[in-house]
Amino acid sequence: MSGNEAIARGVYEAGVRFAAAYPGTPSTEILEEFSKYKGVYAEWSPNEKVAVEVAIGAAMAGEKALAVMKHVGVNVAADPLFTVSYTGTNSALVIVSADDPSLHSSQNEQDNRNYAKFAKIPMLEPADAQEAKDFVKLAFKISEKFDTPVFLRSTTRVSHSKSVVSLKEPIAYQDKTEIKYNPEKYVMVPALARLRRVEVEKRMQKLKDYAEIFPQNKMEINDRRVGIITAGMPYNYAKDVFPNYSYLKLGMVYPLPEKLIRKFAAKVKKIYVIEELDPFLEEQIRAMGIKVIGKEIFPYTNEFDPGIIENAIKKHGKTKALPVQSIPSRPPNLCPGCPHRGLFYVLGKQKVFVTGDIGCYTLSFMKPLEGLHSCICMGASVGMAHGMSKALKEKGKGKVVGVIGDSTFIHSGITPLLDMAYNKSNALIVICDNSTTAMTGMQEHPGTGYTLMGEPTKQLNLKVLVSALGIENIKVIDPYNLKETRNAIKEELATDGPSVIISQRPCVLFKRANVKIEKALSVDPDKCTGCKACLGLNCPPISWHKIEKKEGSKREGISVIDESLCTGCGLCVQVCKFGAIS
Amino acid sequence: MKETEVKSILLAGVGGQGILRASDIMCMAMMEAGFDVKKSEVHGMAQRGGCVTSHVRYGKKVYSPLAKTESIDILIAFEKMESLRYLNYLKKDASIIVNNEKIYPPAVNIGDMPYPEDIIKHLQKKYKTVKEIDAAELAQKAGNIKAANVVLLGTISNLIAINSTIWENVIKKSFPEKLINLNLEAFQMGINA
Repeated sequence: MSGNEAIARGVYEAGVRFAAAYPGTPSTEILEEFSKYKGVYAEWSPNEKVAVEVAIGAAMAGEKALAVMKHVGVNVAADPLFTVSYTGTNSALVIVSADDPSLHSSQNEQDNRNYAKFAKIPMLEPADAQEAKDFVKLAFKISEKFDTPVFLRSTTRVSHSKSVVSLKEPIAYQDKTEIKYNPEKYVMVPALARLRRVEVEKRMQKLKDYAEIFPQNKMEINDRRVGIITAGMPYNYAKDVFPNYSYLKLGMVYPLPEKLIRKFAAKVKKIYVIEELDPFLEEQIRAMGIKVIGKEIFPYTNEFDPGIIENAIKKHGKTKALPVQSIPSRPPNLCPGCPHRGLFYVLGKQKVFVTGDIGCYTLSFMKPLEGLHSCICMGASVGMAHGMSKALKEKGKGKVVGVIGDSTFIHSGITPLLDMAYNKSNALIVICDNSTTAMTGMQEHPGTGYTLMGEPTKQLNLKVLVSALGIENIKVIDPYNLKETRNAIKEELATDGPSVIISQRPCVLFKRANVKIEKALSVDPDKCTGCKACLGLNCPPISWHKIEKKEGSKREGISVIDESLCTGCGLCVQVCKFGAIS
Repeated sequence: MKETEVKSILLAGVGGQGILRASDIMCMAMMEAGFDVKKSEVHGMAQRGGCVTSHVRYGKKVYSPLAKTESIDILIAFEKMESLRYLNYLKKDASIIVNNEKIYPPAVNIGDMPYPEDIIKHLQKKYKTVKEIDAAELAQKAGNIKAANVVLLGTISNLIAINSTIWENVIKKSFPEKLINLNLEAFQMGINA
């Protein structure tokens, strides 16, 4: 079982039947798996803030609830989280934060353990799939017992590694829901919040005491010369290379068990604190006055592996790089037939700054498309395009475009677009509507017409929404048609005031859309001049092969299309000036 | 296998080659044979034509799902050039299985860089056991080119001490009824290759 499957199973075993999330690697599979269990309610919320609020509401009504997100999703959800820490949760509330050390699929590698300390919310951190299942169950128990939200922190390696997991019988679901009024506890106006603030500190003290006896804070005394304090996946890496050292493995990374740490420190001669990213444990342990070795030898950046830990401790220095020969890199690329390709091919050729967003299309920043020039976070493209256009004044007229996917627009692009209408922006926004959340693997959203549970539902009409926000210039185009796309962009860039183009075509991999795969195209070797214009599309099936130069001919090679990959989208036909592709 | 020993296998290739499926089946066979097993891979961006790797580690007790450098016992490259990318992870006496399928990366497609030549010769200079197989052709013979990953699984099974009944049972459990015979045949072709 993967860590994510195990978390879903643990939640189910805990008798929990309510969960909300927004998809994001490496967290996505948790809710997908959970939604398959019988009798559960699971939803994709429009964003992480909403997911947490939905879960808070459920918990307040007496239902144990789960909210799931990737690390940066917690930023979006931070507002309700910091205050639900004051109100308490009534029933249990667990928030899963799936962090991504090494930025395998993220825009940053923030260490969300800091949120636990910041928001005064206890946090558990499992080291593998078995613990992921066991710990999420413990998280629900702690939440109920202490009337607090609880974080479960996973990392990519825990979420996406598979290991052996033993299953238990699920606890039977008990419906304890009812409406209970308790304004002193739930209305966080200043006068009442000040009172709850004191309760938070009392709760933290109780949790500190509990951390001392928490069974998953485990001491293993072997060789007393070296003691290792660690948590999560790094425990496994360290055990792999140093099985005989002594360990204090912390299952709860916040708050810390100070007495237990002192006890461990007294038993061993030298202590290493091994943790990825920030010196979160290390700083707190140093503040206790305990001498440890940490970030002076272990890296701050990227995930670890057993070799990194071994080298750091044995002072081998950096891992030797053993490049055998230079091999061409294999960067990810837009798929053959991807609807984004045509749009970004056109955008790349305009002399405009394109503020980008989070999605497959972010890949089009690379050569040769170069159709996107920034990427900060979900929804940032719209506000940034507006700000840039305002700052540039006349110079920015017709020069700033923001691009955003349909799921991302719903997540956090609506409010900045409202801002554009309200504050009289001059930028153009293109919504790349591929009818699904493609990047994370085709999740439903309010624009798809289906719920996570597979039920048909009210479908958001993007055009009507954009119009209702006050945008008057709206065009809908098909990005497979380069001429139409080019004309629409040029026209809207020339128009005064904010404009929106909805570039509409389903993701080519989206099964429900039933995208018709056309007959594969081929290059007529007699007509091809080898000009490489088609290569500008960066389409995986198109390659260029050298040929022997004939006398009197400038031609050095020709393009070839791999028919097994081609979806017949026809972009290259439109790009070829010599009619060589059909 | 010794009490404390952990063996490490690295599967490497390109998105869409069935690597994750193959490593799943491999792990199930190891579990059935009574081993502790951990495997690790990274999803996400790799789906879009990037590199895919899967680390599989098995033994009596396995801690890390990731192998360290210079510790891999067996490398299976599902794509020919990918066999070269992770050599720093290999033990000096590692065995290598290379599928001869070539998938050109963008730099090769647009003529900026050549596809590496003499890959097998290069590997043979440093490693004793290097086996090249044409998994696509064998899978075609078995009935479907898509079973190439199971052919490779057959070849690697020769290097793993798990008896054939376990492999067969796991393959039977992994595919729908109508595809079982095809995959069993593909597996056998990999063993004989």
